[in-house]
Amino acid sequence: MKKQDPDLLLFHAPLLRQGMTTPTAMRDVLYALLPATAAALWFFGLSAVLVLGSCIAGAILAEWLFADRQARGESLRDASGILTGLLLGLTLPPGLPMWMAFLGGFVAISIGKVIWGGLGHNLFNPALLGRAFLLATFPIAMTTWVPTGGDGGFLSIYPGNLALPFMQVQVDGVTSATPLGMLKFDHELTPLTSLVFGNVSGSLGETSGLLLLLGGVYLWLRRDLDWRIPVSILLTVVIFSACLGLVDAARFPSPLFSVFSGGLLLGAIYMATDPVTSPVTPRGAWIFGIGVGVLVMLIRIFGGLPEGVMYAILLMNAATPLIDRYTQPRVFGRGVDSK
Amino acid sequence: MKAIRLLRRNFEHGVHPAHHKQQTEDLPIQRVPFVKDYVMPLGQHIGVPARPVVAVGERVRRGQLIAEPGGFVSTGLHSPVTGTVSEIGDFRGVDGRFAPAIGIEADPFATQQVDAGAAIDWQSLSLEKFIEAVQMAGIVGLGGAAFPSHVKLSVPDGVKIKHLLVNGAECEPFLTTDHRLMLERPEALLEGAEILRQKLGAEETVIGVEINKPDAINIIRQHIQPGQPVRVVPLKVKYPQGAEKMMIKSVFGKEVPAGQLPRDVEVNVNNVGTIVAIADYFLRGMPLIERVVTVAGPGVTYPANLIVPLGTPVREVVRFCGGLKPGTREIIMGGPMMGRPIASLDVPILKGCSGVLVFTEEQTVGRKEYPCISCGRCLEACPYFLNPSRLARLSKARMFDEMKEYHVFDCVECGCCTFACPSNIPIVQLIRTAKDDLTHRKESEE
Repeated sequence: MKKQDPDLLLFHAPLLRQGMTTPTAMRDVLYALLPATAAALWFFGLSAVLVLGSCIAGAILAEWLFADRQARGESLRDASGILTGLLLGLTLPPGLPMWMAFLGGFVAISIGKVIWGGLGHNLFNPALLGRAFLLATFPIAMTTWVPTGGDGGFLSIYPGNLALPFMQVQVDGVTSATPLGMLKFDHELTPLTSLVFGNVSGSLGETSGLLLLLGGVYLWLRRDLDWRIPVSILLTVVIFSACLGLVDAARFPSPLFSVFSGGLLLGAIYMATDPVTSPVTPRGAWIFGIGVGVLVMLIRIFGGLPEGVMYAILLMNAATPLIDRYTQPRVFGRGVDSK
Repeated sequence: MKAIRLLRRNFEHGVHPAHHKQQTEDLPIQRVPFVKDYVMPLGQHIGVPARPVVAVGERVRRGQLIAEPGGFVSTGLHSPVTGTVSEIGDFRGVDGRFAPAIGIEADPFATQQVDAGAAIDWQSLSLEKFIEAVQMAGIVGLGGAAFPSHVKLSVPDGVKIKHLLVNGAECEPFLTTDHRLMLERPEALLEGAEILRQKLGAEETVIGVEINKPDAINIIRQHIQPGQPVRVVPLKVKYPQGAEKMMIKSVFGKEVPAGQLPRDVEVNVNNVGTIVAIADYFLRGMPLIERVVTVAGPGVTYPANLIVPLGTPVREVVRFCGGLKPGTREIIMGGPMMGRPIASLDVPILKGCSGVLVFTEEQTVGRKEYPCISCGRCLEACPYFLNPSRLARLSKARMFDEMKEYHVFDCVECGCCTFACPSNIPIVQLIRTAKDDLTHRKESEE
């Protein structure tokens, strides 16, 4: 090699890339959640900021604490930790004490992701694992729901938010049941328009079905999401509840109520589609979605809890490696003969 | 259903890289001047290296046989220039390893007229003699694989070839050699195809061209004589449309079974450049001593389509194109999807080299690898419907034997998965590592 030659690198072909990177995909999901997050602020005021902020702070702290010393900045930059924190926050009740939300975010990353080996290696959706932890640890606080729109407008804070660690939670404010809770325990139906536009009590992110769908369409256009999963979940739920409606239309909720109530849209569009914890094969995605849909309906109708999206997704997460193994696509040229 | 699929003329999956052909697609092919030193590696085709038939110090003429086939899967080698054999020994090859080659010093006073024989009466040759002639002429697949063409033509008894498929897809970005050949030498292309069709006893010739080359499609159609059994099939622009099994799927709707060859579905596929080389040999007596090369990419000063004598060092080709721009970081021989990086500018142009592509910072360094998040983009890209995500994970864990269950040997290393990967995981490289390991272990066991 002569002196004036450039030092040639030997990167393996292909040298071209389609342009999308993993951090971009993560950030896309954050952008897709912006409308629903804004709706949470609109409906629950400053309390939403406190709960979401605590979750994200807990997630980032765990991410920073357990990261490799050299890779500290890197693991934060891929945005997956912030996303987990935000997703967890959106599943929490608006009146949850901040310290619980913070702990939830911390557990979601540390137990949900880091101990499995970090991004891409976890079996369960970290945000839902964090929520399952909170529900098991603080069952009362996690099922205390407040109505939308505090007394003092945007700046009002639900008193529960400011509770100190390990103190009895003061449930002195007004409480209100979620649409699914009302259906299950009081046999009372919430009007569909409220469900679609979000003026109902419930978790921070599950109030407005319309905005969640909007974000889903954005993700689908950006090709960040496997459309088969939300489509199969929602179709399963619709068909399941339509069949129940045929049995007894008065007792069971209508298909549209089933779709727009509770955390179904949030779960189907943003949690079940987590690529790490859902099947990678197209056929597997269908099986996974149908499984989630069936489990959601079984828990909602026959289980002890009003809502079952979280456990439905976590259970199907556990089945994902098995589904992947048995749904490998047919390889080109295999299983055909030459004539 | 089948009719609809035929109308769509496509294979499933694959990717859509920007084709980057604007740099050179309108530039006529020009000839590079002769230089002083040439290096002809003996193993520039797939298979057994050729055996030298000249000695150091011997004077050779341009087009003269300098090495004979070393076995059946091997071809002849001819001197690209008139000059003197300067050395027979080990030269550094494309991959940086030393390999046997013949060095030739050009005679600056020679006219460099080709030592071409007369046209060959191919019609009266028996099929065996014809195949032998192709082998001696040194003709290999010029699309990039450099697989000896005579091996493809040697069809076992009882197998019939119905269609001769001419591959003019040129699906690799940047490359425009086949495009220019089709535009500038449509007669030679049709002559070569007719020779092959008659010798193979095929019913028709089908020329598959991606529709981003409408001028080539038109000009070939204009040159087809009435009644000639030739048709041009426009194909969708998609990578890897030019992979022969994908093209067969697109054109005929047939899937070549795994582990079998195109001839098993009655098709013989040859690249445009190869067909022209066959015409040049049988009609003009010229063996394979030069080829068309596209020099392009963001790091080259004047991109061009060039006829380059084989054995010309890349350094001279690049110099002819105005040299490298500052910021050059990598040079690829072949296309950007499947080509091979070269370690030094002294590497010669080989028979299988369709392009010299010069890349800068943007396409090389600065791509950080992230963990696999199982997004499935590679599964949707793989034209063979493999699971690259799983293969890459297994390869990283060095679980090579398990990869056989996932059909690792069906992978043709087209690079679609790596192109599609948002985490920048070098999937093809990981698969190649596993294949090499498995192959070596099998060989050492035997």
